[in-house]
Parts: sequence; structure tokens; C-alpha cells
Amino acid sequence: MSKPIKAVNDFVVKFANVNGSGSASANELFARAILRMGVPVATRNIFPSNIQGLPTWYEVRVSGKGWIGRRGGVDLMVAMNPQTWDKDVTSLDAGGYLFYDSSKPMPESKFRPDIHVIGMPLTEICNRTYQDPRQRQLFKNIIYVGALTYLLDMELETVEALIQQQYASKQALLDSNIKAVRMGHDYARENLSGICALKVARADAVGNRIFVNGNDAAALGSVYGGATVAAWYPITPSTSLAEAFMKYCRKLRVDPVTKKNNFAIVQAEDEISAIGTVIGAGWNGARAFTATSGPGISLMQEFLGLAYFAEVPAVIFNVQRGGPSTGMPTRTQQADILLCAYASHGDTKHVLLFPEDPRELFEFAAQSFDLAERLQTPIFVMEDLDIGMNDWLCAPFAWDDSKAYDRGKLMSHEDLEAGKTFGRYLDVDGDAIPYRTLPGTHPTKGAYFTRGTSRDRFAKYSEEGSVYVDNMQRLVRKFETAKSLVPAPIKRNAKERARHGVIYFGSTAAAMSEALVALEADGLHLDTLRLRAFPFSDEVIEFVNAHDQVFVVEQNRDAQMRMLLVNECAIDPARFISILHYDGTPITARFITSAIAERLRMKTKEAAE
Amino acid sequence: MTYLAKPKFRHPELKKNALGFTHRDYEGSISTLCAGCGHDSISSAIIQACFELNIEPHRVAKLSGIGCSSKTPDYLLGQSHGFNSVHGRMPSVLTGANLANKDLIYMGVSGDGDSASIGLGQFVHCVRRGVNMVYITENNGVYGLTKGQFSATADKGSKSKAGGTNSDSPIDLVGMAMMIGATFVARSFSGDKTQLVPLIMAAIAHKGPAFIDVISPCVAFNNHAGSTKSFDFVREHNEAVNRLDFISPREQIKVDYEPGTTEAVTLHDGSVIMLAKLHKDYDPHDRVSAMNYMHSRAAAGELVTGLIYMDPNPGDLHASMNTTDVPLNRLGAKELCPGSSALEKINASLR
Repeated sequence: MSKPIKAVNDFVVKFANVNGSGSASANELFARAILRMGVPVATRNIFPSNIQGLPTWYEVRVSGKGWIGRRGGVDLMVAMNPQTWDKDVTSLDAGGYLFYDSSKPMPESKFRPDIHVIGMPLTEICNRTYQDPRQRQLFKNIIYVGALTYLLDMELETVEALIQQQYASKQALLDSNIKAVRMGHDYARENLSGICALKVARADAVGNRIFVNGNDAAALGSVYGGATVAAWYPITPSTSLAEAFMKYCRKLRVDPVTKKNNFAIVQAEDEISAIGTVIGAGWNGARAFTATSGPGISLMQEFLGLAYFAEVPAVIFNVQRGGPSTGMPTRTQQADILLCAYASHGDTKHVLLFPEDPRELFEFAAQSFDLAERLQTPIFVMEDLDIGMNDWLCAPFAWDDSKAYDRGKLMSHEDLEAGKTFGRYLDVDGDAIPYRTLPGTHPTKGAYFTRGTSRDRFAKYSEEGSVYVDNMQRLVRKFETAKSLVPAPIKRNAKERARHGVIYFGSTAAAMSEALVALEADGLHLDTLRLRAFPFSDEVIEFVNAHDQVFVVEQNRDAQMRMLLVNECAIDPARFISILHYDGTPITARFITSAIAERLRMKTKEAAE
Repeated sequence: MTYLAKPKFRHPELKKNALGFTHRDYEGSISTLCAGCGHDSISSAIIQACFELNIEPHRVAKLSGIGCSSKTPDYLLGQSHGFNSVHGRMPSVLTGANLANKDLIYMGVSGDGDSASIGLGQFVHCVRRGVNMVYITENNGVYGLTKGQFSATADKGSKSKAGGTNSDSPIDLVGMAMMIGATFVARSFSGDKTQLVPLIMAAIAHKGPAFIDVISPCVAFNNHAGSTKSFDFVREHNEAVNRLDFISPREQIKVDYEPGTTEAVTLHDGSVIMLAKLHKDYDPHDRVSAMNYMHSRAAAGELVTGLIYMDPNPGDLHASMNTTDVPLNRLGAKELCPGSSALEKINASLR
């Protein structure tokens, strides 16, 4: 038998459950209790495209050091799903613990000799205590949380305080949940003492951080950024973004006096209609957005080209999932980069933002509406399922009350009255961004006809080659202007001079930070650049040029970001080494560390030979 | 069509409306459609209706999809903002525009290809949401810009110019609009301006989803013998159920109407529709009987025109969404941004 894993505030607990069994809230209670003990956690929901019956997992990484990426590996498996038993047992690290429902005897062949088994007759306890089948099911989850509280040396009173907070207004539920959690705790104390050497010890490592999912953050950022029109079509994993916007609007956007809504939300008949509504609203001066995922972006292609060419502001949240086609609808990927960067037919280029976590997503969401109106073009906020649907521990949201919205170049009634020349596609200021007027601005001046067809600087239809080229060139220059407006990349230098660099972006950041520490401990030094937007600024090219080779870490098969870098920065592809992770699970520090270390060692070896 | 630019000159004694605008102030660029196209007559009817209603041109937003019909917004209301969007997707763009600013008049101009084929989904969903708009289809049963293919409104058995026979059943946009909740439904004929102009005026005054299907013969590809959308065919089979006079608020009702033959319908804004009944039993306020009547006449090969259905007290999308009275595009950070102290509370709830 392997030595039992001993760890304090540094281990991974994985819950294997059946979808629809009510395990989610119990598991979340477990994670929150650890947070309340001042110990950071990173949680990941691994769920199927299903409402009831299929397997679902919840991973809780306890990390006193505050690593919030997925670590990989499992130290304690809470195996509540017979369907996935074999796989779950296999996934445990040697010396790990298997917590299971021992009501029915299991043949020895179903266990592993190198793990430590903690059996608890959960079904038996529930059947003895509860009559109602639904209660038997639901309280089983709370009972195991009680047992884990004891096994991991957690504070029972902290768990109880959370239950009290949750059911403050529902006394019956409060009492029954407290009873269940104590029942589990008591059983473990009496029967399972001294088996588990994984411990949670109170710490002060959480600080003022918040625990929130990205879709909530994006919705709240949209409220703060002044979005008034949202049009969407239900699709995992973006549905909860639209629903969160509805939730926050009802809370924060109802006029206190008139009780009327300072927002309009349309659940459209499809994604095409959703983006059409957003473009109509943006054209007419409202800040508007849609939330979708890859298949939705595929459907929106034609409209995205119109918004690019006719220069209409729009914000699109793309909560990326595993593609192509229906792909892995409940798994995470960063595989829509090229789809969005060059969306629609003809020559197009779009602005993309890559937030690293919910806090930055909140900021980018709000900022995207300024960018959309300033640049008069679609802005893609590139989330992924990992950020969107998992709770992340991150810095609190911040807002500067002195900051005004940037409504971009709007020509007003007064401007027109004063005789300013209005050419809808006329570059007046040299930044290639023209002025626009909103419908209804002036009775006799400033009206123009918006179209997806070629037209001249004064919006008059023209298929004259030179007129078309003039406009297309201005759009390229406008994209240049965008470089100075989008969030700049963040550079971090290694402690020692590094010949290699790493480029990464989005949800990879959490695992990357951890991997860098591990690599450094191994004597492997790397400078890093976290991309936060496309178009790329010159800083990106300088970074690549300053290194022999640069790793590009991304969560897709085809190295899409690398392609974009090669293409847009005219860099020799040999300068890049791709590190790709695309099995649908969030990338881990272990994966990055070993992939980079292996390649660097190979290089050293090659150099020696 | 002509390549000449429209002269700026106007006759000094051109009639002015109450706002001091002449007919010319409601015109747009010169049409590039074929000479004699029914669509141009509809443009001119829209111009006439806006002139008569004393609408400030910039208070109208005109939107369209793609096709011959969708080009026409360029040929009317040159002082209005226009949006020639994507094929079959005008309804969603119009919906968004309407949500952004409830104060303007939204006129969607579309065709049978744009609304009954590629855009059927958007057409029905826009109507069923109750967007306050005037939605006009210029219906000729044919794809003009691509030279004569049947559209989804072509009648079964009708002949194409190239000699083919349409074997598919037609989509009846009027019947569909009634079924899914349009609160103003009319059908007219581009060759009958006396019927069409008051219908457009009434549709503009109507504060809800108004739909007018205008049969508009395509002189180039669908005006031959064997077509059921030709000038001759429509004239022969046109069965008007009523005649309309639209009387603006404050305008005096001058004409004496024979009692029992006319109904005065007062609209929300105080304007009145004088409805002369051509069929004594036809009731345009009863959706079910109106639909039955339409179907029975269609089975007899007749084309019912006129005001087919109207709810005098319609609602609209803004009402059902309870949006604020101020247009959303005029709200600023003061109304929209909850500020840092509210955010602090949210942060606290997430710990």
C-alpha cells in the first residue's frame, strides 16, 4: 500500500455525482466553507449536456498558496456515482483517498491496492432517517459534507454558519440541513477517525477577494458599462450571462420613481436575430450586446460583416466551448479565435478582448461598450466556459465613479446647425474613425443611408473601384487606431535573462502563473507576455523579437493564436513553439510545466550534440 | 430608370403641409428600378402619406433587407435615416432600432423574397413580439434582381415568364400576420393609390405592429398572361372590403357619409379612420371572422384588399417590457451606472 498522502491546505477533492441529484449546492457549500476558513479554493464544474442522469463532477482544489488554475490529479475522491466508479477510482493519485457509500458491499477487485478507502454507509443512514425519497437523496449530499468536515479537520461552525446564512428565512430547511451536516460529522468522528491525512487549517490567505463566475461578472460589467439593449438566444455556456444581466437589471436598473425599466432584453428566435437586434440598437445609439458561443458566432457571420463594413457598434460575448459543430458543448476551449478575428465573408478584421478571470472580464465588459462606440465596430469579448461558468476567486470588482462613458464620435444637432461638414465615412481627424449621426438628430441635415454595399465618403452608393479601395484602406487604418485603444498586453520578466518567452491569454493565465513558479524552481527561466486584445500592439512583435523562441500556450488544436501572430505580425513561424491543450478540460499547471520543460530540455540536448 | 440627378429646383407654389414642407421634402434619390415598377408607386404612396400626416421626415427611420423592394427606402424620405441591412433580416434590425428609441416612426420595407422566403422567421417573430412599426411588403411573387425566379408568395399554378409553372403552395403573409398577432393588417395594390395612401397613414398612426401587403406587379418578370401578380390579373380579381379616409387630429370631418355604410374609428392619437363598408357584413375588428372571410375569398380565387383587421387599442413591445418613457439611447451614466458604492455591496455578497 502506498503511503497516504499528507497535506495541509494543498490538495484536490473531486466529487463524482449524478446530474440532477442536488449535489451542486452541497459541494458548493463545502468549497465556500474552506474559503471562509481563509483558505483559497479553485473550483471546476465538469458537467454533461444533460438535465438529469448523466455523470457530473465538481473539483475543489484547496490551495493555501492561492493557485486558482486547475492542478490536475485527485487526492480525495468522493465517489457518489456508480456509473463512473472505475474511472473515478483510476483517476486517484497513489496514496489518495476514496470516500464512498459503503451501504452495499463492493468486491475487492473494485478498489486499488495503492489507495486508502473511507467507506460510510450513506444510503443506509439516509434510509433510516428519512422517509421521503427526495429527502433521502438530497440529505445524502449534506451528510457527506458533514463527514468531510470532520475528515479534513474543517470547522463545523463555519459550515453551519453558511447554512444559516443560506436558509435565514426558511427555518424548516435550516434545521434539517444543520441536522444532516451534524449527522455526517458525528458518524465520521465515531467511525472514521484518523484515516485521512489531508487537512484544512485556518489561514488568512483569501483577503478581500470575491468568489464569482465570469458570466455574472460580464453581466454586471455590462450593467456598469451602460448596456441598455440585450438580445440573445439560449446556448450553453452563455445562457447564464444573459440571465445574470436580467437579474442585475431588475436589481439595479429599475427607475425608483416610475418603476419602469432602463433596459430592454429580448430572447430572440435565433442568434441571427439576436445580433440583428444588437446592430439595430447600436445603429440607433443604444449600447447593446449579445451573449453566445461558437455555433451562435457561426450563425451571425453575415451580420458581423455588415456591422464591420457599415461601422455599427456592437458587443458580442463569446463564451467559447469545445467545437467544431456541437463538439463538446459543456467543455471549455479557446477555439473560436480565428472565427471571430476574421468573421464574415470578404476582408474583415475584428477587435477581440481576452479576459483572464471574472474580475478582468467585468472591466473588459464595461470597456467593450466604450470601444464599440469609439471604434464603431463589433467588439468580441472572448470568454470561455472555464471562466464563464465556474466560480473563481479573484480581486473584487472596482469602479471609478469619475469615469464618463465614451460615446464616440457623434455629430449632434448643434454641430450640424453650426454647419460642420458631415460625411458618414469621412476621416476628419486622421484616425480613420468617421463621425456618425443618430436617426432623428436634425430635420434637414445629417441623415444618411446605411448599407452593406460599397459607398463613398458621404455614404452615397458607389461601386467605383477607387471609392471602394479608399474605404477599405480607411478601415485598415481604423484597425491601426484600435491598437492604441485596446487593453495592452502584460509583460513579466524572468528573474534571470531568458532566451525563451511565453505568450498566453485568457483563462490559461491561472495555470500559467503557477507553471512559471514550478519551471523557475527547476531552473527554467521564461519571460512572459499575456495578450489581452487583438489587434496586437508593437509590443507583441518586440517581445517575440527579443527571444530566440516563444512558446504560445493555448486551448485549441490548431494553434489559432499562433496563426494569428504569424499572420498579423509577419513573424517567421519557426520562432514559435505551440503548447496545445484541447481535451475540453481546463489547462493545468502540471501540463504546461511538463510540456515546456520537456521541450526546453530537448533543446538543451540538441544544442549539446 | 434614369441616370440624371434629381434637379434641386422646385416650383415656388408647390403645396405645403402644416409644417411648411412640400412634397419634395419627402422624396429621396431617383429610383433605379424599372420604368413602370409597382414599387415606385408604393414609394410615392409612402411619400404622400407622410406629407399628408405632417410628419417631420427626420422622425422616421426606414429599414429594409435586400432585393428590389429593399432598395426603395433610398428613393423616399431623403431626410430620414435609412438602413439597408441583410437579406431577410430587416425585422431584427428594426426591432433593435425601435428598442433604442421608442420616439421615432419605424418603417420596414420588404419584399416577398425578403419576408416570405429567407426572412419568414424574422417576419413572424418581429410581428409576434408586437414591435410598433409599419411593415410593408412589396409583393410581386418573383425575384426581380436575379431575373424571374418564383418567390414563396407565387400562387400554385402561376406561370413564370420563362414558361415554368409553380407547383409549390403560396405563403399568405396577410393570413400569417393575423395569426401571430399583428394589430393592423391590410392588403392593397400598387395600382390603387386612393386605397393605399390612407392605409399607410392609418398604419403609421397605429401604435403597434402594422402590416400592409401590397401586391406590386413586376413589369420585367411577372406581368404576363398566366401570372397571378400581373396588373391585369389583380385588377380583375381585386375585391376591396372597404374604403378608407384618414382624418388627422384637429382636422374637420368634411364629407357627409351615408349612415349605416360608414364607421368612424378613433385612434390613440385622436386621428379618425372613416371606414366605408363595401361589404355590409365585413367586420375588420373581428380577427376570427376576418380570417375566415379571407380564406373563403382566396379559395374563390379573389384577392381581398382594404383594411382587413385592426385593433383600435393595440399594445407594443415597449409596453410589455415596461421600458422607461425616455428613449433608451438618451439615458446616460446617471441612469445606467449603479456606481461604486452599489458595487461594494455586490462584492460583499460574493465573499
